[in-house]
Amino acid sequence: MSDPLARSIVRRRRLDAAFQVAALAVLLVALAALAALVADVWLDGHARVSYDFLTGFPSRRASQAGIWHALTGSVLVMVVTAALAVPVGVGAAIYLEEYGGKSLTARIIELNITNLAAVPSVIYGLLGLGLFVRAMGMGRSVLAGASTLALLALPVVILSTREALRAVPPSLREGSYALGATKWQTIWHQVLPVATPGILTGLILALSRGVGETAPLITIGALTYVPFAPDSLWSAFTVLPIQIFNWVSRPQVEFRANAAAGILVLLALLMAMNASAIWLRDRYQKNL
Amino acid sequence: MTTPSTSPQLASLAHLVQRPQPAAGPPRVPKIDARGLNFYYGKTRALQDISVELTPNVVTAFIGPSGCGKSTFLRTLNRMNDIIPGTRVEGRVLVDGRDIYAPDQDVVALRRKVGMVFQKSNPFPKSIFENIAYGLRINGMAGSGSALADRVEESLKQAALWNEVKDRLHASALALSGGQQQRLCIARALAIRPDILLMDEPASALDPIATQRIEELIYDLKQSYTIVIVTHSMQQAARVSDYTAFFWLGRLVEFDRTEKIFTAPAEQLTEDYVTGRFG
Repeated sequence: MSDPLARSIVRRRRLDAAFQVAALAVLLVALAALAALVADVWLDGHARVSYDFLTGFPSRRASQAGIWHALTGSVLVMVVTAALAVPVGVGAAIYLEEYGGKSLTARIIELNITNLAAVPSVIYGLLGLGLFVRAMGMGRSVLAGASTLALLALPVVILSTREALRAVPPSLREGSYALGATKWQTIWHQVLPVATPGILTGLILALSRGVGETAPLITIGALTYVPFAPDSLWSAFTVLPIQIFNWVSRPQVEFRANAAAGILVLLALLMAMNASAIWLRDRYQKNL
Repeated sequence: MTTPSTSPQLASLAHLVQRPQPAAGPPRVPKIDARGLNFYYGKTRALQDISVELTPNVVTAFIGPSGCGKSTFLRTLNRMNDIIPGTRVEGRVLVDGRDIYAPDQDVVALRRKVGMVFQKSNPFPKSIFENIAYGLRINGMAGSGSALADRVEESLKQAALWNEVKDRLHASALALSGGQQQRLCIARALAIRPDILLMDEPASALDPIATQRIEELIYDLKQSYTIVIVTHSMQQAARVSDYTAFFWLGRLVEFDRTEKIFTAPAEQLTEDYVTGRFG
């Protein structure tokens, strides 16, 4: 059986196996880097994570410093960001995809949104500083910070929502229209429920990026020393990444443990956010 | 067969043609009346100068090779092509004497009156019950809970699906078989009581038994609806329809009683097609 076909099969099988090994190796490199990072942070910081650390406020003494103000700041800013970005982003995507048509204007708008998604976040910070903090008089408030992050998240929300809407089979829309449904009835009852899992996936990405942002919030003047938890949309605030950055840049070694502990808290927050979004998505998918 | 046949192939189809045909009594007002209809996808002219009158309470079959424009014409009758960007219609289509392409025609009201069943069954990813109830709800016809349930049951019975699904109305429609899904789509279209039912190759993806059920259904529905069916199957057209229109390259070549089309067509092209010489 040493005919050309058999030899060709042997050769192709070998290539197949080689690629599998290569892909696995690449995956392991990525995982190892991630594991090293997490392990390093864990070793430095896990001893500092305690009830007192989570509920404490910043202090000049590293051992007494806590993170409650930044944790609540991050959560509050995220909630407000989502509340602003979701309706505007999903609404804009629905207009562009369902009503906007395929005109030249629509294509130019789409191109611009794609570009906006790649604009450095510090630029959004400058815009937020000029627009929200100064022109609209919001000051260095939670609202100003969340509005800035919402701007940052919008392009990603719009693009991913459009993708999700586009993935809804046209036959579903036709079925609805054929029964005498209006455009809005079709979108609301048929298109959006099917697109929801995809929309949620985009939101996870956009908001996760927002939670980790430091630059735009520093630009608009989020404080680095806030000895209180934010109690309204108008209060001054800080967020986890800023607090971590602040601790890392201190000369005292003890603060580095605080920074590591802060990173662990931030990772846990991200994990909780993503897990709840995935849970929501799965629930929607089951309902279909 | 008393009708003289011009070829043995025609004779083989002739026995399928239903009897009796509706009496050719006094001329009735056409339900659908297309006049000089042209249709364009961008610059491509897909329909050329189609003029045809369809009688109420009969089944009309559209036949012709793929790409001949029969589905396109069907979709102009409920303005389903409106949702495809870059399409354009010239000419007029009158339904009950009203031009459905007139500027004051509400397209939602039109589709409420002209129902449609698609080639590929497209149940909504919801329960069987909700699939039927949707059309009633969006058109404000749902009424009380029990009235809605009655209407759902009635529609499912009309579509000969009730006995198979009555114990699992709240199960997902996507769990049904292909034939059941298509009958669900028919039930869904019937629930809002349209006047006209357009069917775009409703049985093309179904097995022979499911196809037979759909054909029996069409025969029953003829009493209350005007039905237009696009089909690739010559036998199906001969079995279910009273009138047949043969399309070729975007033109309506011949339109006549089904019996005539399948036994003594006027055009050579029609004969060549129905006897399987091309297409």
